[in-house]
Amino acid sequence: MSVKEYRTVNAAKGGLLTVTDVPDVSFGDRVQIRNARGERRNGEVIRAARGSALIQVFEGTDDLDLESTWIRFLDQPLEITLSPDILGRIFNGIGDPKDGRPALVSNLKRNVRSSAFNPSARSYPREFIQTGISTIDGLNSLVRGQKLPIFSASGLPHNKLAAQIVRQAKLPDESTSFSIVFAAMGVSYSDARFFQEDFASSGVLGNVVMFINLADDPPVERLALPRVALTAAEYLAFDLDRHVLVVMTDMTNYAEALREVATAKGDVPSRKGYPGYLYSDLAEIYERSGRIKDRHGSITLVPVVSMPSDDITHPIPDLSGYITEGQIVLSRDLHNQGIYPPVHISPSLSRLMKDGIGKDYTRADHPQVSNQLYALYARAQETRNLASIIGAEELSSQDRRFLEFADAFDRRFVGQGEDEDRSIIETLNLSWELLSMFPPDVLTRVSESDISKYHRSAEG
Amino acid sequence: MNSSRNGIVEEINGPIVTIRLPGIRNGEQVRIGELGLFGEVIALQGDEAIVQAYEATDGVRPGEPVVGLGWPLSVELGPGLMGHIFDGVQRPLEEIFRQSGDHIPRGVDVPSLDRSASWHFQPRDDMEIGAQLVSGSLLGSVQETQTILHKILLQPDLQGELLELAPEGDYTLEQTIGRVRSADGRIHKLHLFQRWPVRKPRPYVRRDHGVEPLITGQRILDTFFPLLKGGKGAVPGPFGAGKTVVQQQVARWSNADIVIFVGCGERGNELVDILETFPQLDDPYTGRKLMERTLLVANTSNMPVVAREASIYAGMTVAEYYRDMGYDVVMLADSTSRWAEAMREVAARLGQMPVEEGYPAYLASRLAAVYERAGRVETAECGKGSVTLIGAVSPPGGDFSEPVTSHTKEIIHTFWALAKELADARHYPAVDWVDSFSDHVPTAAGWWAQEVDAGWERRRGEALALLARDAELSRIVNLVGPEALSDSQRWALVGAALIKEGVLQQNALDDTDSFCSPEKQFELLDLMLTIYEKGAELIEVGVPVQELSDLPTLVKSRRCKSIYASEEIEKLREFKEEMVQEFHQIRLEYAKFKEHAR
Ligand SMILES: Nc1ncnc2c1ncn2[C@@H]1O[C@H](COP(=O)(O)OP(=O)(O)OP(=O)(O)O)[C@@H](O)[C@H]1O
Ligand SMILES: [Mg+2]
Repeated sequence: MSVKEYRTVNAAKGGLLTVTDVPDVSFGDRVQIRNARGERRNGEVIRAARGSALIQVFEGTDDLDLESTWIRFLDQPLEITLSPDILGRIFNGIGDPKDGRPALVSNLKRNVRSSAFNPSARSYPREFIQTGISTIDGLNSLVRGQKLPIFSASGLPHNKLAAQIVRQAKLPDESTSFSIVFAAMGVSYSDARFFQEDFASSGVLGNVVMFINLADDPPVERLALPRVALTAAEYLAFDLDRHVLVVMTDMTNYAEALREVATAKGDVPSRKGYPGYLYSDLAEIYERSGRIKDRHGSITLVPVVSMPSDDITHPIPDLSGYITEGQIVLSRDLHNQGIYPPVHISPSLSRLMKDGIGKDYTRADHPQVSNQLYALYARAQETRNLASIIGAEELSSQDRRFLEFADAFDRRFVGQGEDEDRSIIETLNLSWELLSMFPPDVLTRVSESDISKYHRSAEG
Repeated sequence: MNSSRNGIVEEINGPIVTIRLPGIRNGEQVRIGELGLFGEVIALQGDEAIVQAYEATDGVRPGEPVVGLGWPLSVELGPGLMGHIFDGVQRPLEEIFRQSGDHIPRGVDVPSLDRSASWHFQPRDDMEIGAQLVSGSLLGSVQETQTILHKILLQPDLQGELLELAPEGDYTLEQTIGRVRSADGRIHKLHLFQRWPVRKPRPYVRRDHGVEPLITGQRILDTFFPLLKGGKGAVPGPFGAGKTVVQQQVARWSNADIVIFVGCGERGNELVDILETFPQLDDPYTGRKLMERTLLVANTSNMPVVAREASIYAGMTVAEYYRDMGYDVVMLADSTSRWAEAMREVAARLGQMPVEEGYPAYLASRLAAVYERAGRVETAECGKGSVTLIGAVSPPGGDFSEPVTSHTKEIIHTFWALAKELADARHYPAVDWVDSFSDHVPTAAGWWAQEVDAGWERRRGEALALLARDAELSRIVNLVGPEALSDSQRWALVGAALIKEGVLQQNALDDTDSFCSPEKQFELLDLMLTIYEKGAELIEVGVPVQELSDLPTLVKSRRCKSIYASEEIEKLREFKEEMVQEFHQIRLEYAKFKEHAR
């Protein structure tokens, strides 16, 4: 490691430093920065030319001056130290301890930017995870190795929902629980606290690694944090054979930090000022989830993405939706009606559900029941719109039945307790109770044999 | 070709690397740094050249060596392509997995085609030594998979006198199978494989127009918005609307000889889905496994951006190569938006002036040039071949007015527009029948009239008219409520619902309905329209609409698509007959009832 330091910074703006008259340094290498008072910061080379370099400073460039700032090139990329002892610990965005305890001692260090998985190495995720939440398990099932974000907005209970998923997620017939990697970017102290207490009270703390960057921590550090957290997740999953559930909150803060740095670098903006590479950058993060052939472990990713101004077409949720394998969308409308979790099923989707449910995983009628509920709910929404125009009294008796169904569905199926852990069988039975509000001939998406098995009219 | 030359790295800015290497040519391949990363020269300025790297440049340092390879980005074309998966610059991913494990190591250099495999070459029996060969001349063939007879062609940039052709036997790719003397007197060795630069369209004798539709087994596509073999199609839609499912359905069920699926900036698991299922699935036309006619090109969203741009060209070049053997090839590009974004990314790093949403001015011309490589052509000696190109488009925010969607719309002939509203209501495939179009209906009509039923074009028009009437009536209902509608108008709503549920909706996951033969497509359409027409007649004479819409057989008609398989057309016809009889019966009873009432 070179110990030579340089005091040749000639520009500082927006978290970036330009240094000249330095030896040739590698693109992506780590840098240490020291100010006049001897305080240290960390950085990374983001452009390397002959004799000069552009450095991104994780802690930001506030308070630095050009004369007394010293730069040291560490001649190595950003790495984190790994050992089984990471479980139970709290780190910052670049993997330094944040819990007042000493740094890990281990020879195993990994570059946080791993090269992409070879698609030939992947195996298709198929195992149903029971979250105990009906709208997810019944209609948008999560499977091991999937990336399924929660699209939310300010003031909605995404944290509660994420914590409930962490508490309840399991394979229906397995007792082994998930190891949790919790990655917080730009969250408030109280939100971070909420998760910590929730993990503590459910007794899983010893099985959780936390990477925390609070709202008043440097934004640039947020850019490294998800990569650091996923490096830890990959270690737990593919070195230690664990099933890992990664919860990330909030990807919107991450993307905003990216925009901040991109603007300072002078990158050409595309939509809403976000750089054109936001898609690829998010994909580098999300695509690190999955299953690998002949490996026991897996990485399941549940990021929270808040939709600025509740707008699902905003670049951050939009690009996330283009990368992830579905999305669970929360609705302000349901929330205002006091329904928890306020999952709006119409825009919600799980793309990996098709191979993870049905007779080998949940129950044979599951796919059709889900289809049928969706079809009825779509029709019921139309009826609600119609009723709001012409008044419910004007509706035909059949249409009124759809209204009743929609209400029952929202209250009983969508709504459930924060500690209510419904088994998939309970969710499917509840589905049939709701389907039984209709005569069998309306139910064209379920099979006749399932109707005779599960429909209320068949019970005699 | 030139021998390799050496230079050094000057600057690294993400995937853009400035090098100093006098004499290097634009488009030339280079290997960068100690790791030997793959890259391509995209601009020259004095002694310096700008290189785009196909691999992440982390750890590269100014002053490291660079080697110019002397040739442009090319692919290897020969037996051993089918059934395999390659990355955006045609590196064989299964082989790399075997050699290097879970991640793709940088700088890994494995030949695209297996050098150790030998293939049974059957020379063409009427070939004579001394014959004058033209570019693309047929030399012989190799059985590549059970379904694909791989024709060995003289490479397009070569012609001359045949000096020698190997006898029937087993040869590896590097063994010489013949020699040709070109007009300048030089002697060229022939092999079972050839190389071709990906950015240069492979030549053909002449273009021809499309004559028959590509049958995909998807009703909304084949019956409503047909695409011809050799045509250009696009599937735009917001995330989750079903673009990938449409493309996978085409890959599974279409009557093409060869399918090339390019995963361009999309999910790794979607390729794994194909890799795990296609080797198990039967090709509906040949009965062999689907994987035998399929090739995958993968540059997933987390792989380096620059190789994403190359992946479409790599896929297209392979498609043209099989076209030149006289095959009908379908190339699916998922998604062309990611390809365009990769181009935007490089343009931005080069400081080129952005014109719309950050895209460079040449977006439209590059898009058009890629689509222009699709088409049906006359080959040198293998009859006619075609490349059909179907590109997914992923508009930001689902807004079709954005540059990639709007330019694509100008270029293609068939537009399968996916709508979020339909997808949210789980109406799949979410192809919007108002926004979609096909310029190929007249040509397709000729084929349908000859192969299936003369009434196809008329029935198709009637169904679209009924759907348009439905939209109009629904607007009225939403203003003043259903009471405002007459019985015959309400019956039109029922009829349109039958078309939507019984014909347009098609569940890709339903074993029976996933594929629908052209005959079954027509039969279902005719069934729904017949029910509507017969019902309308009854309503004319005063039968209340409620009585008809409550009929149990009406419920069954909506399920017909998944009750009767494509082979059970007769049963479908019988069902239609029963329906007609039932309606006739109602008419008789109603007449009696009216008689009584009098
Ligand atoms: N024909 C169909 N039958 C059944 N399900 C379908 C069909 N089409 C789409 N779907 C459902 O919609 C989901 C999303 O489809 P798909 O992955 O093709 O979307 P996409 O448009 O490619 O999205 P993205 O742009 O994010 O890649 C599928 O996982 C499947 O659940
Ligand atoms: Mg897709």
